[in-house]
Amino acid sequence: MPYTAKKPLAPPSSPELRARIPGWGADLDPANRPSVPRERYDPDVTGAHWDLPEQQPETRPRERSIEHQRLTPVFGTSTPPKGISGAMRRYAYGRFSEARAAHWLTLIAADRVDAVGSHLRSSLTLHPDNPVTETGVLSEWRHKPVSSRAGSRRADLHHNWMDPFIVVGPWIAAAGIIWLAARTLARVGRR
Amino acid sequence: MRAMVYRGPYKVRVEEKDRPRIEHPNDAIVRVTVAAICGSDLHLYHGMMPDTRVGMTFGHEFIGVVEEVGSSVQNLKRGDRVMVPFNIFCGSCYFCVRGLYSNCHNVNPNATAVGGIYGYSHTSGGYDGGQSEYVRVPFADVGPTIIPEWLHQEDALMLTDALPTGYFGAQLGDIVEGDTVVVFGAGPVGLFAAKSSWLMGAGRVIVIDHLEYRLAKARSFAQAETYNFTEYKDIVVEMKKTTGFLGADVVIDAVGAEADGNLLQHITAAKLKLQGGSPIALNWAIDSVRKGGTVSVVGAYGPLFSAVKFGDAMNKGLTLRMNQCPVKRQWPRLFEHIQNGYLKPNDIVTHRIPLEQIAEGYHIFSAKLDDCIKPVIVVSAA
Repeated sequence: MPYTAKKPLAPPSSPELRARIPGWGADLDPANRPSVPRERYDPDVTGAHWDLPEQQPETRPRERSIEHQRLTPVFGTSTPPKGISGAMRRYAYGRFSEARAAHWLTLIAADRVDAVGSHLRSSLTLHPDNPVTETGVLSEWRHKPVSSRAGSRRADLHHNWMDPFIVVGPWIAAAGIIWLAARTLARVGRR
Repeated sequence: MRAMVYRGPYKVRVEEKDRPRIEHPNDAIVRVTVAAICGSDLHLYHGMMPDTRVGMTFGHEFIGVVEEVGSSVQNLKRGDRVMVPFNIFCGSCYFCVRGLYSNCHNVNPNATAVGGIYGYSHTSGGYDGGQSEYVRVPFADVGPTIIPEWLHQEDALMLTDALPTGYFGAQLGDIVEGDTVVVFGAGPVGLFAAKSSWLMGAGRVIVIDHLEYRLAKARSFAQAETYNFTEYKDIVVEMKKTTGFLGADVVIDAVGAEADGNLLQHITAAKLKLQGGSPIALNWAIDSVRKGGTVSVVGAYGPLFSAVKFGDAMNKGLTLRMNQCPVKRQWPRLFEHIQNGYLKPNDIVTHRIPLEQIAEGYHIFSAKLDDCIKPVIVVSAA
């Protein structure tokens, strides 16, 4: 018991563990552990042959955290901000530091606006979003949908019923926007 | 080229995208052969990570063949088979020269709190990932390594994230001989953390999850004792009982943002996105570890606040250690462990799925169907 000095339960002996577990204790000496110590100053091992990397060209204004002094020498160029969600993202980066909840909540809100807008735009193309194929739900029947769930005590079964609402939410929002726009146009037309 | 594309929460598809091009003199373009879906990709897939944009390609676990190199690349050439760590890092900033590759300051303009990660939202730099036919690999002289001839391609793939992250999690625990180590989460990272804990000299390794098939894998693959937390009224009390009411010496959180076990925490975090992550496993870790013990966190959380029981951590005098894994730093030692037969990384791969069916792969992994532990995406011929 921890109420006395001795450790309550002694572990198996080291020879016993060494015999049972392949490699047991190979890294017992911290000197064998590659991330010990945490910081190890060694500029020669990384392969870098520059003091400061050359600057990647900024071909469009690149949004960045205001906690950075400058644009980083290298950056990703996937999916530039666009439309209303893009304006929200630029506002979040330009106005709030990473320390502010408003920064992250604005970005999450922009993600939702982006999803709704993208579904709307895709419906005007030859390749519209398809919630059946894109959710991968058709894989269910080939991958033990019942036995993976029935009879188990999986904790996620308590909330998985909410997932379809998250999936169809943007479609409902998009349909609502279309309906409101159509109603407004109809009223304007009647005047 | 064909690439996985995010279309909003729970929705992905494969579509034609422009092939990436050299954008910096030290870039390489890599033709991907196999990629994997990581548990942390599910946080993106479920819409939990801020600034995850429709149209982005995910995938930070991939290997492939060098297709093209930039003008300043010295260490790689076209045709080299390479494994690419999930971290994008420059090798020369304040953090990189001290070995903190995952904290590189020169690759992520969007945030200072995290370095660059392939295909992991703009919060991690806005790079497209490797669940596609081609991927841009910045700092080709720093990150990628040529795959040794003796290394199985799926072992190389597991070395890009899951194995080094689990191994790193065990190191963060500062395990000493005979320690009792509890690992929350029997996914790929938890399995590797449990296995690695033995290498560091643990006396007992206990793995906790709610999926029975994963706990079975923890027993066979990692020789661990296992507990299904759904079978107990309070898993923390069980951990106290099994340690003689002392608590574990080290607890590793290998679950992260979508932990289950408390409906309120899970819904506010994973469904309503009002927390950076559901800190159930982290709070259980804080309460299960002994006073003066160490909690190691390698589960991924979002940047927003989470309801963590910090008072208990303070009152117990805990050491909390955490980071994204600096992958490449782990490779030389992990190569030795694989060659010695101590680690068999691809033992955890359960599903191999063509790129064109990646939406199904995400669903199977997310819904935990068919005893899925680690899905691999087959992109092109090696």
